[in-house]
Amino acid sequence: MGVLNNNKESVLKVKNLTVSFSRYDRGWNKTNLQVIHSLDVEVFSGEILAVVGSSGSGKSLLAHSVLGILPDNATITGSMEFMGKPLTEKDQKKLRGEQIVLIPQSVEFLDPLMKVGKQVKGIKGTVEKMREAFRRYGLSENVEKMYPFQLSGGMARRVLVSTAVMEKSKLIIADEPTPGLDMEMAMETLRHFRQLADQGCGVMLITHDIDLALSVADRIAVFYAGTTVEECPAEDFIKGKKALRHPYSRAFIDALPQNSFKPIKGTQPYAGDLPKGCLFADRCPLRTEECGGKIQMSSVRGGKVRCVHAT
Amino acid sequence: MHNDSIFAAGSPRLKSSGINTRKKMIIYITAACVYLIAVLIAGLVMNPDLYGVHYENKFLTPSFSHPFGTDFMGRDMFWRSIKGLSNSILVGLAASAVSSVIALIFGVAAAVAGGKTDKIITWLVDCCMGMPHIVLLLLISYMMGRGGFGVAFAVAVTHWPELTRLVRAEVLQVKNAQYVQAAVKMGKSKTRIAKEHIIPHVLPVYLIGLVLLFPHAIMHEASLTFLGFGFSASTPAIGGILSEAMKHIVTGKWWLCLFPGLILLVAVMLFDVIGDKLKMLLNPGSGNQ
Amino acid sequence: MNRVKYICSTTARMLTLLIAVSILSFILISASPVDPLKAYVGAESTLSEEAKEEVAEYWGLNDPPAERFLTWADHTLHGDLGQSITYNMPVSTVIADRFKYSVALILAAWVLSGIIGFTAGIFAAVKKGSIFDKCVKTFCLILQSAPVFWFGLLMLTVFSIILGWFPIGQAVPVDKLAADVTIWDRIYHMILPAVTLSILGTGKITLYTRQKLIEIMHSDYILFARARGESVKQLVIRHGLRNIAMPAITLQFASFSELFGGIALAETVFSYPGIGSAVTAAALNADAPLLIGIAMFSALFVFVGNFIANVLYGVVDPRLKEGGYRA
Repeated sequence: MGVLNNNKESVLKVKNLTVSFSRYDRGWNKTNLQVIHSLDVEVFSGEILAVVGSSGSGKSLLAHSVLGILPDNATITGSMEFMGKPLTEKDQKKLRGEQIVLIPQSVEFLDPLMKVGKQVKGIKGTVEKMREAFRRYGLSENVEKMYPFQLSGGMARRVLVSTAVMEKSKLIIADEPTPGLDMEMAMETLRHFRQLADQGCGVMLITHDIDLALSVADRIAVFYAGTTVEECPAEDFIKGKKALRHPYSRAFIDALPQNSFKPIKGTQPYAGDLPKGCLFADRCPLRTEECGGKIQMSSVRGGKVRCVHAT
Repeated sequence: MHNDSIFAAGSPRLKSSGINTRKKMIIYITAACVYLIAVLIAGLVMNPDLYGVHYENKFLTPSFSHPFGTDFMGRDMFWRSIKGLSNSILVGLAASAVSSVIALIFGVAAAVAGGKTDKIITWLVDCCMGMPHIVLLLLISYMMGRGGFGVAFAVAVTHWPELTRLVRAEVLQVKNAQYVQAAVKMGKSKTRIAKEHIIPHVLPVYLIGLVLLFPHAIMHEASLTFLGFGFSASTPAIGGILSEAMKHIVTGKWWLCLFPGLILLVAVMLFDVIGDKLKMLLNPGSGNQ
Repeated sequence: MNRVKYICSTTARMLTLLIAVSILSFILISASPVDPLKAYVGAESTLSEEAKEEVAEYWGLNDPPAERFLTWADHTLHGDLGQSITYNMPVSTVIADRFKYSVALILAAWVLSGIIGFTAGIFAAVKKGSIFDKCVKTFCLILQSAPVFWFGLLMLTVFSIILGWFPIGQAVPVDKLAADVTIWDRIYHMILPAVTLSILGTGKITLYTRQKLIEIMHSDYILFARARGESVKQLVIRHGLRNIAMPAITLQFASFSELFGGIALAETVFSYPGIGSAVTAAALNADAPLLIGIAMFSALFVFVGNFIANVLYGVVDPRLKEGGYRA
């Protein structure tokens, strides 16, 4: 697993991304709710970047922003680059389903009334490609004629993955692909991702399960309250607390069952009511005056961190 | 950033139960109620001379002194229509009251007693809905001997099935809810459970259902009267007025049918508005605009 | 197997309902203050006492209600619905003759409201929040609240009297011999009543389609389809239509009851000689055999609509066909 990515191509580079929703509050007053802010994340070809964070930290919205499928009342700012070129709305329309693909969470994301084969084929694929994808994931031909509700858990997983290999995709975004699966099946799913990455794709694996993420990911991006607080090689997490840079990442490790199982006090701040400076400040043991200012992402020991105290 | 408006998140009304929206709804409801009550009272206290026969004023087109024109006996259509609508509202009120009480009793009985009672009531509901409503109304009117009372009676006793279903479903849901089950286990008395848990939940559904019965009742009363049942021609009723107007349509007396129907339409829509807004006020979560 | 079972149980349940409805109609008519004998032979009957006695004997009019019902049911099952005093011919003939007219009317209105409603609903949903959507919504709310007969009268005033485009009522031209009436004459006479009748369903089906499509467009599978590069048009055609078609068609079939009620009113307005004007005449003229005959027939009609709706739902939806959900 590579620590440095100099030899790898950058597939997706998100810089300073902000996503906000306008909504009506108290009658007809429009308010803006910033759900993602100053987010930086980069995915390289041939590697898996795991985006981990607790629920409500805006992970799925990151996926939707990259694909350009946010709802109408969302506004985004910041820059996104795909294969070194700026990713515009027009590009997104063209690229999604081809070079950028999404692997959804469950069969709920399949049309309940359309046969699986036709769905995997989609609008861009062909029957041959669909059959090939089915063979690749060991799905027999009669699965083609099934409806989503008839799929078993394992089959459903493989069907969803096969939607991603219809085209020569460069970026695969998997949104929480493992919840509800038993260990074995989850590992199988993750093996599929590893395989895809080894073939040269960039994989962004969005999950709240850091244990699973660690077993396949090359790098980890830690999400907190709509932003990335740390981006580092996966082995730093395996090495333990000391190798990590951000106090939230360390707390995350502490909270794992196999460690001291010690949850962090407090809760993630609500998107409508964020503190000014560091978002983690009110739960942080290292908090000082400086934490109230604007915190930039900085490079520390081969990773990136958003903390003034990181060394 | 996206132009396909279909992906807009749910309407703002869905989420906000803010003060302004509530105020707006209350204004709507009040305005609608004022209009309907005004018509009702105007009809009740009206001097019959206002729509009396004046043969010298036959078939006048709408004008300042006769906003809705006059008919073949020179009767002022404005006052006649108001009187007619007032009668319709009266019948609608009485019918809704009766039907909703039947629905409440049946609905609660079916849900609470369960078993055979439930089966019989559900079957009765299906039975009443197994025939076109108008045909059922005709049968009952026939049974009651066609008069005005017959129509009112028919309308009153046929509007309960849907509300019964609603009340039954609601009571069942509350009855099986965990907190009610817990209250039963804790040994709370049945009346207390009913008072504290069941009534507060069922009441909104019942009230909304009651309001939404009016438009149906009024419309059916008008339909029956139009077909020739109900009050005699001397008692104004919108259905009867329109039935008379039908005879003069060929000679181009368009005002005879336009205005009376229009005020009926407005009344029906206002009741619908009241019901809908009430629904949003009482359970904001269920707004499905 | 599951499908057969479903159809059987639905049929059984609905048949018991049909019997129940017939009992109910019979009770209502028996409770009428109208003398049953008069209702069977007419008030101004010139029949001899003996003949009257025969009619009373045949229909068991002097027996207790329960027995009378059985007598009536027996005759009905043998196809004898009695003699209509209003039209002076057998009730079954009246129903058959008149239903021919009504069924064309109902069918036309049904198809019209279905097509218009479905299309308008889809476009309103796709353009949700636009002026078009708002107009459609308001218009539908008005249509839903407008009394059918009033709407019919307005149509008659505008299109027949003022503009003179359509005939004033009737099913065929009055001045033509029956043999000379063409199919075009019939269609020409049917347009206004059919449009009038269709307003009953149009508003409902439009609002339903619109609401349902909006819900579907917010679903996860649409989100994923979009992520796979489908345009709005493709989303609506590939997934939207597929998922609303069945519920919408089911709703259309379930509207048979309202349609039957609607023809009573629409046919009266347009003096259209269908079954709707016959039922009104029967009730007004105390024509008990015809009234109960049409009541039964209407129940059968509603029954067929509901039956088709139920079967469609249970048979076409693959999730029910294969036997329930498997998570």
